[in-house]
Amino acid sequence: MLKYVVKRLILMLFTLFIIVMITFILVHMLPREMPVEKNLQAVIAQRWEALGYNKPIMTQFGIYLKNIFTKWDFGTSWYIAPRKGAWEVLESGFLPTLLVNLYSMILAVPVGIALGVYAAIRKNKWDDSFISTIVMVFISVPSYVYAFLVQYTLYFKLGWLPLTMYSLADAGGSYFTWKMFVSMIPAILALSFGSIAGYTRFVRAELTESLTSEYMLLARTKGLTRAEATARHALKNAMVPVLPNILSEFVGLLSGSLIIEQIFSIPGVGQLYIKSLNLFDYDVFMIDCVFYTFVYLLAGIVLDLSYGFIDPRIRMGER
Amino acid sequence: MANDIKTISPEKFEFVNMNTRLTDVKFDDKPIGYFKDAWIRFRKSKAAVVAMIIIILIFLFSVTAPLFTKNPSTFMDTYYAKKGPYIKSLRSIGIANGGVKRDFSEIGLISKIAIGMGAEDWEGTGKVTLEDGMASEFQPILEVSDPYIQIDSSKKEKTYYHGVIDAYNEVGFLFLSVEQEELKKMIAWEEESGLHLLYPLIEDNNFTPDPQDANFWFKCKKYQPITINEKGKAKNVEYAPGMVLEDNYKRDEEGNAIKWEYTGGGSFETAHMKVRVLYKNYYIYKNGFEPQYLFGTDSQGYDLMLRLAGGLRLSLLLAISVSVINFCIGALYGSTEGFYGGAVDLLMERFSDILSGVPFIIVATLFQIHLATKLGAVPCLLFAYILNGWINIAYRVRTQFYRFKKQEFVLAAKTLGARDMRLIWKHIFPNSLGTIVTSTALIIPGVIFSESMLSYLGIVKLGSSRTTSLGTLLSDASAIWMNYPHLMILPALFISLLMISFNLFGNGLRDAFNPSLRNVED
Repeated sequence: MLKYVVKRLILMLFTLFIIVMITFILVHMLPREMPVEKNLQAVIAQRWEALGYNKPIMTQFGIYLKNIFTKWDFGTSWYIAPRKGAWEVLESGFLPTLLVNLYSMILAVPVGIALGVYAAIRKNKWDDSFISTIVMVFISVPSYVYAFLVQYTLYFKLGWLPLTMYSLADAGGSYFTWKMFVSMIPAILALSFGSIAGYTRFVRAELTESLTSEYMLLARTKGLTRAEATARHALKNAMVPVLPNILSEFVGLLSGSLIIEQIFSIPGVGQLYIKSLNLFDYDVFMIDCVFYTFVYLLAGIVLDLSYGFIDPRIRMGER
Repeated sequence: MANDIKTISPEKFEFVNMNTRLTDVKFDDKPIGYFKDAWIRFRKSKAAVVAMIIIILIFLFSVTAPLFTKNPSTFMDTYYAKKGPYIKSLRSIGIANGGVKRDFSEIGLISKIAIGMGAEDWEGTGKVTLEDGMASEFQPILEVSDPYIQIDSSKKEKTYYHGVIDAYNEVGFLFLSVEQEELKKMIAWEEESGLHLLYPLIEDNNFTPDPQDANFWFKCKKYQPITINEKGKAKNVEYAPGMVLEDNYKRDEEGNAIKWEYTGGGSFETAHMKVRVLYKNYYIYKNGFEPQYLFGTDSQGYDLMLRLAGGLRLSLLLAISVSVINFCIGALYGSTEGFYGGAVDLLMERFSDILSGVPFIIVATLFQIHLATKLGAVPCLLFAYILNGWINIAYRVRTQFYRFKKQEFVLAAKTLGARDMRLIWKHIFPNSLGTIVTSTALIIPGVIFSESMLSYLGIVKLGSSRTTSLGTLLSDASAIWMNYPHLMILPALFISLLMISFNLFGNGLRDAFNPSLRNVED
């Protein structure tokens, strides 16, 4: 197992390195101009020189890697937060993104699993087909449509919730205040519809399959009631593929949803991506790309590895 | 016993078919092939068939929409931007009349009603009644409720009205500066068409609240309509039957209203004249057709139906080309991997492993910022989808090849001397068709969604005068849609419908091609 984990991790780091290199070259091929600011020109020029912006691209890449490994320095933001470190800028976006997505997951996972189990138990009855139809619709409709619907009903018609998320200053300086939580609710709801439907469909499919398998027959023959057999045997087996997905989505939470962050103006990593792209703040854009790639790869690995932990018979990615 | 059989005399034997040839009976039915079989199963799923019909209808709409309207596809009109559906023939029965529900203060209501009254008075007599004005086809107010009292922010009781207003007629009048030649053309057109284009100019005095606004043709005191009695005293006008507005037209010595005025500068040919036109008739004069918008207009003033159809065309074209190209690359790559195996497989797998690690959003962004100016936004988007979109299909094909390549029918074909290419395409590949057709079909909704997302976020800029994308329409509407809901509802509805249909269609295909997987989602 350890050998397998190490192998996967090394492959992941190798992939990450190649993607970072290609992204770095492509981003640094773009023309860039030194920001002009009268009083600080000397400081800016010094920093510019230290990052090697005037040197050939591969030299720049060497400096970039050296700075990361020795000083954890990913370059400087020039426009979004002038002369702050790119890492600090990215770091400031973690918490809002993580919170909104975490809340949405806390809502979506139990509801999704409960609905899925219910639909599987009532298979081919009217309530199953009702749930399945709704799930089909909810999986297909794009998340931004929910965002508009939520905004329209909860803000425009009923006036219960704010249109977008409050800024830190409005909500009392912390992301953990009640007021901030209330302003996050529209985004949480908009994110949840799709994932509730996703979990429902997944759990239903897995559970219907295990409900019809032979060990269920055996469990019933040895005298368990249907409910007991379902809870003890079928549900356990059905969760084997579901749990890894929840875990990997948990890792994926970090990257958030670009479009939901844009619509509800959540100051997270997704909004940072769009902002840095529009303002040509390349170092921030670069670190955001690295971050996205890292989270994406990590989520994939967590998915594959957790299969192995939950059910040791499975080795994903091996033949 | 045994001897009996052995000793049957030859004469007892008789040929059954001495004179007829023995052949197979010809089938009356046509044979049912793999695809026909799948089609028969597909037809049984009602949802999938309905989804297919919806997809076909949306496709037909996107192609034939320009036939339903006289508006050219690049035509735009900034005065009629963000307006609701408007069709003249349906207006009389109360639908597609450009109507918007709104609440009016008394002053606001009168100033809108005045547009209709002014439109009936092209000669500038000033003797138009409220009833004439309300009956006018240029009247913006379609419905008005009984008054109700509300206390406003300064704690005064004020009279308000619920109403429905025609957003097209609300544009009302405009001041224009035209050349002499143009003016002559306008006058000639008025006579020819029988429509009224030029209206009396307005006196620029202290009865005019806003000299730039051509709709205040009546006397006002700070937006409050007034009448002046013989003693020269001002009296506020109230909204009631028989309401009279006192005109503020520019008149010559004889008291006739002036319709054009020299604004100075230039020779006779180039000098500009100031005129006041009724915009709806000016629109007909300028374009040669009446304003007709089945879905209303978008935030810039294009016909929303044509924009939607254009966006749908782009989405469908992109989605279908992505899935076809990914199908081809995936099939080639996967079958090479799967058939040859060994070192070839290992190398190709590592390559696709690395490629599949690249997040799509980053690929799309980098392609856009590097190549969009050279190649155009759409080809760049296509490249981004193709870069690692085929990997999933290649993986499926590879799995199928591993499953089938050691089976007896392949060995038999090999023994008979079939070459590799024949083995791959004729014997093994058709077995994997079912799974990859399904996964190809399920690429389509994903592409439609991510294309609209990228253009919504502005990462891909697809909006131009010729074409647009659904995402661009949505992002244009995103700041203002609370006031103009149709700008958001129609694109969102179409895209949702398209996504649901393609997902149902894909599921139907999967059930049809792999009956064993029925009702199992992956």
